[in-house]
Amino acid sequence: MSTTTYAWLVLLFPLLGTLVLALGFRRMPGRLAGWIGTGAILLSFVAAIATLISLQGHAAAHRQLVSSLWSYASTAGVDGEVSILVDPLSVFMMLVVTGVSSTIHLYSIAYMDKDRGFVRFFAYLNFFVFSMLLLVLAGNFLLLIVGWAFVGAASYLLISFWYRRTTATRAGIKAFVINVVGDVGLVLGTYFIFKHTGTLDFLKTFHATEAGVFGPNSNEADLVAGCVLLLVGAFAKSAQIPLHTWLPDAMEGPTPVSALIHAATMVTAGVYLIARMHPLFERAPAAQDVGAVIGAATLLLAGTIALVQTDIKRVIAYSTMSQIGYMIMGVSVGAYAAGLFHLMTHAFFKALLFMAAGSIIGAMAGEQSLEKMGGFRKAMPFTYGCFIIGGLALSGVPPFSGFFSKDEILLVTGERGGWHWALYAIGYLGAFLTAIYTFRMIFRAFHGKPVPEARELEGGHVHHAEVPRNPATGEEEDTDVGFPGPTHAIAERAMPMRVAMIVLAVGATVAGLIQIPKVDFVIDDFLRPSFASSPLYEPHTKNGLLVFGLVLGTLLALAGIAIAYRIWVARPGLAPALQARMPALYSLLAHKWYFDELIDALVVRPAASAGRFARYTFERRVIDEGLVGGTTGLVRAGSAAVRAAQSGFVRYYAALLVLGVTGVGFYFLLQS
Amino acid sequence: MSIAWYLAVSAIVFSLGAVGVITRRNPLVLLLCLELMLNGANLALIAFSRMWGNGDGQILALVVMTVAACEVCIGLGMIVALYRSRLPIDVDELRELQG
Repeated sequence: MSTTTYAWLVLLFPLLGTLVLALGFRRMPGRLAGWIGTGAILLSFVAAIATLISLQGHAAAHRQLVSSLWSYASTAGVDGEVSILVDPLSVFMMLVVTGVSSTIHLYSIAYMDKDRGFVRFFAYLNFFVFSMLLLVLAGNFLLLIVGWAFVGAASYLLISFWYRRTTATRAGIKAFVINVVGDVGLVLGTYFIFKHTGTLDFLKTFHATEAGVFGPNSNEADLVAGCVLLLVGAFAKSAQIPLHTWLPDAMEGPTPVSALIHAATMVTAGVYLIARMHPLFERAPAAQDVGAVIGAATLLLAGTIALVQTDIKRVIAYSTMSQIGYMIMGVSVGAYAAGLFHLMTHAFFKALLFMAAGSIIGAMAGEQSLEKMGGFRKAMPFTYGCFIIGGLALSGVPPFSGFFSKDEILLVTGERGGWHWALYAIGYLGAFLTAIYTFRMIFRAFHGKPVPEARELEGGHVHHAEVPRNPATGEEEDTDVGFPGPTHAIAERAMPMRVAMIVLAVGATVAGLIQIPKVDFVIDDFLRPSFASSPLYEPHTKNGLLVFGLVLGTLLALAGIAIAYRIWVARPGLAPALQARMPALYSLLAHKWYFDELIDALVVRPAASAGRFARYTFERRVIDEGLVGGTTGLVRAGSAAVRAAQSGFVRYYAALLVLGVTGVGFYFLLQS
Repeated sequence: MSIAWYLAVSAIVFSLGAVGVITRRNPLVLLLCLELMLNGANLALIAFSRMWGNGDGQILALVVMTVAACEVCIGLGMIVALYRSRLPIDVDELRELQG
């Protein structure tokens, strides 16, 4: 089979899985649905590996293959085909998405076991993976937009999976609305590009751009506008400032959803988009700068917010935002291989962290607040180990994977020189914060005095709440469909969860070794054909900066861990004392830099009051009373006047007749 | 005698009839007044016929008389029908056409 056939198979399996699960969800017995869903993604992963092997069989210059199933819309000047582009970049994304998704599906089999929406959950998960694969495989803007919107829709379905929880449905709506803002940006950006290139196909667009259809110079106005609008799309999907507020709220979804969508795959779509569009962005350095600055700002802001959050999943969510900030910054300054490398390693360790967090949440019977956790180290040694591995990888401690990928992004950023040094410094500051908040979370959950739930677990019994409650509001819930299931699973007890976490833990530990500076260049070499035209894509050379960066990264990570240890383990009273000493700073961070309030004041309230005005004033007064009422009033008044003449008295008509005839007679008399 | 006298009498008779039609409410009187108007017109026709010295006007007067006879037939029939269905013999009560 040809390379592209394998790639089509990658798309086919999740789609089939979705259809089978969605159509047969009433008849699925027990865990069968979970295995069907997992099997579909696993087959897709196998097909992705086959695509990889088959692609490597081509000569390096011929590794960009386009395959079209049929022509979707072909009219004058529009070439909308259902086509996929198989090149190292899309194969790389395919492998990450299907690989990490397989483990998360496996984990969900145990985690969602007692939930009444089990089959529905797997149907959604498969649909999500299908959408994401469609997004990364799309060979033209049309299919990209379709995949982009599908991902947003799937994300909505999964966030509000527990649809009878009002907090969850509200979070789902928020995510969907912000994603639609991004969709609009993407579509408008496509328009700006299409206007000049006249084609939707990626490769033709890139060739046309290189041939200079936008004009001879870089930073042509339309290209910059197009690229910045594409960035809006990327920011919304990747939760970058100011479109990031949906990501922390999205933690209302079940934990595997957080792992799958909000860590490993969906939020990386923006990174993929910028990397995919690099021929456009390189001709629009202004747009690249926007991306780099926003990425840097996000990584710093998210890092500071994560320091004070108390919901364990939200801490991880903010760390995701921060890490995506690194990637966005990386691909915006030309560190494509490094950005994508970080995307891969991040997918491993972030999925692992979420899974471990899910395990603790299981042990706490759904409770997510760090305030109520503590001392789980003895009760959950396996989860603790996974958390430590994930935390070390996230903090960038050698030899875990995050160390190599993060430092490479910052190295390339630094090498660009000039004001990029500011980004470089922010990046290392962010790395320092990362280590602190990651280990704050670990120390608070696993160290210290064991809480009653941990004691219960040490005694061999998993804690169950007497009355299930919404951890966000404390509201009582039943365990019927639309709410979380009655019992919770922990990794210590459930084999599928354990296997999934072991696979990811191994990945998080060793994935960094495939690209060690100056030793091996697997990612660099593999991705080179996709970035053949890029002048920024070259291996770095400055040894001094490289060594400095690696040492600095290690030291900052270790220092961050040490500080976290000092504050939250060695001297337990220090954290509240610090909090009391800097109340303004604390409240700024606890309120997430007031972004929600800002967006609320700038967008939501004006839009809501405009809506209210339209609903109650414009609609009622102008439309109903003015236009509709005016028309009927006019007709009614006219007919009332005419009706008054129809008295029904015969003699009245006769008199009128006589008068009329007399009038006509006089007229003619006077005329003659 | 000048034709003006004939015409004047004709106009007076017609006007009397018209006033009767407009003011009276009894359908029988109404029919009588209608006859009066028709005969006023007939008088004018015959006067003009005599003025011109030919029979055209007289023929027309005969046609008018025929029409008047038919009309009275129908009118009286309606009045009898009204009486039989116990409706008031008053044209002002018959105003179903009111808008």
